[in-house]
Amino acid sequence: MTEPSWRLGRSAFEAIEAHGRASYPEECCGFLLAPASAAEGDRRYLRHAVPTPNRAPAERTRRYVIDPLDLLRAERSAAPSDRLVGIYHSHPDHPAVPSEFDRERAWPWYSYLVLSVPREGPPVLGAFEWDPSTRQFHPRRLRIDDGRPSDDPEDRGDGPVNR
Amino acid sequence: MNATVRVEIPTPLRGFVDGQATLDAEGTTVGGVLDALAHRYPALRGHLFAPTGTLRGFVSVFLNQEDIRYREREATPVRSGDVISIVPAIAGGASGPAPSGFSREEMQRYSRHLLLPEVGLHGQQKLREARVLLVGAGGLGSPTATYLAAAGVGRIGLVEFDTVDLSNLQRQILYTTGDVGRPKLDVAAERLRALNPEISVVPHPGPLTRENALGLLKEYDVVVDGTDNFPTRYLVNDAAILTGIPNVYGSIYRFEGQVTVFGARAGPCYRCLYPEPPPPHLVPSCAEAGVLGVLPGIVGLLQAIETLKLLLGVGEPLVGRLVLFDALALRFRELRIRARPDCSLCGPQATQKGLIDYPEFCGVPPPGTAPAPDGITIRPAELAERLRSTDPPLLLDVREPEEWAIARIEGARLIPLDQLARRVDELTAAREIVVYCKMGGRSARAVAQLTELGFRGVRHLEGGIDRWGREVDPTMPRY
Repeated sequence: MTEPSWRLGRSAFEAIEAHGRASYPEECCGFLLAPASAAEGDRRYLRHAVPTPNRAPAERTRRYVIDPLDLLRAERSAAPSDRLVGIYHSHPDHPAVPSEFDRERAWPWYSYLVLSVPREGPPVLGAFEWDPSTRQFHPRRLRIDDGRPSDDPEDRGDGPVNR
Repeated sequence: MNATVRVEIPTPLRGFVDGQATLDAEGTTVGGVLDALAHRYPALRGHLFAPTGTLRGFVSVFLNQEDIRYREREATPVRSGDVISIVPAIAGGASGPAPSGFSREEMQRYSRHLLLPEVGLHGQQKLREARVLLVGAGGLGSPTATYLAAAGVGRIGLVEFDTVDLSNLQRQILYTTGDVGRPKLDVAAERLRALNPEISVVPHPGPLTRENALGLLKEYDVVVDGTDNFPTRYLVNDAAILTGIPNVYGSIYRFEGQVTVFGARAGPCYRCLYPEPPPPHLVPSCAEAGVLGVLPGIVGLLQAIETLKLLLGVGEPLVGRLVLFDALALRFRELRIRARPDCSLCGPQATQKGLIDYPEFCGVPPPGTAPAPDGITIRPAELAERLRSTDPPLLLDVREPEEWAIARIEGARLIPLDQLARRVDELTAAREIVVYCKMGGRSARAVAQLTELGFRGVRHLEGGIDRWGREVDPTMPRY
């Protein structure tokens, strides 16, 4: 059985990584945008990543909070070319999997990317979708998209993308 | 008059509204508009509203870009042309202490609660701040205390004066064989702290009394009645009404149990149901009548559920309903019970403003004390002496045949209490008669019956065969 795989724009991937590293040891967060014109089946083309401030009042090394107004503005400015379809955030020195705390606050439909940023070594990116019926995050495969059609099997890892 | 308002739907919720990004809806307030919307798209409701009807904590709502939390929340009025934006609150992060102050370990410990929308972090926080007093740490108190501790109720007070007896272990699951002889309170506190070190267990040694009850209950949010006698039951009820906290009531008898919540707003109290106690000894205790060991488990856990519901403010509390459980038929029944307008304690013209003398009210000695000897009792040592004499009394055992099979005093004759009236001619009126039962309850009634029938010189064994076993014949099996 093939899990649905998501496309992640190369520039978005690099932007998330750079954001995660720059924010270390604090968590970073941002929005994922898909082309508004994309058919529903391809709504998981995460073309752009847009950083947003981590508004957690404390403990930003293990918490992120997105200001609802920031989200509202991002959603409006993405239109009409793009749609806000997901959220990314980083886990400094923690695995690239959603925590219990993430589960508690998850929304259906959104694509969630979690970037593990270790003190040393390469970051690891995981992709997840929340299933409200089972209250579980399901891992999704990520395909880095260079903006051209690619069927290169090396681009298709299972679960987290490790660079 | 209703205003027509535009509502912006965030992408994660568009699937519930046929994919639309904006919708028009009518109402006079933000809450009214959203409710109308949830009415039109029922799948949306669970994402917007908690079961209590308030907006979920994980949803922010803006009216024309202003967070309604800084206005009048759901009651914020709307005008035609306004824009309501529903915005998912996005937060998360690696594990560790949450803003609520729950440690990583607590998050894990309570994770199955945190997953329930009806509990969640908010509810778990309520449980942590809650204070519950359990009166009695026996058959009912054992399961109740265990599960309330596991659930994370922040402070659990225990009132208990007894020590662990071997005969407790058939149902009092807080205790094990090695605990026999130890004070129940010590063992219970040890077990509950081991189960959940995050909570505080407060032991209150000694019985609940008229003197200490009000002061004790004042320190708690809910009292759970796990007592086995009428004086304490009335005392718990009265103290709960006078301090204004709900009383989660449970009782067990053989194969049957009862559960309800007394003392809640608009609900009845124990006195509404039973203004007067039954005559002493009419209703035998578990020690006399026996009880299926699992039964207090069921009833105690129903009490635990009701306690958690009251603390969390979820569901339909068992107020004004008395649940009857019959283990033999495996059937639950429900009786409607009402607050009596003429209740002397909780009615509008209540006459009782304080606590009273409960043992006197119920006509029985206070719990934890030996019954005062009176003219019609005989102590075990004296009976042993009389049985060794040349003219021993007729020894009458009024227990059931099952009890007779376990243990009996040499030379006794068995006539179960309910057969006594029609078999009375088997007794010789001329002789001295000593009646005994297990603890002294049934034998007291037998004495009364026989005296009424004209027998003279009838006495009964103080403390029953149970005390005989302790003081005269330690080899006798106790039950």
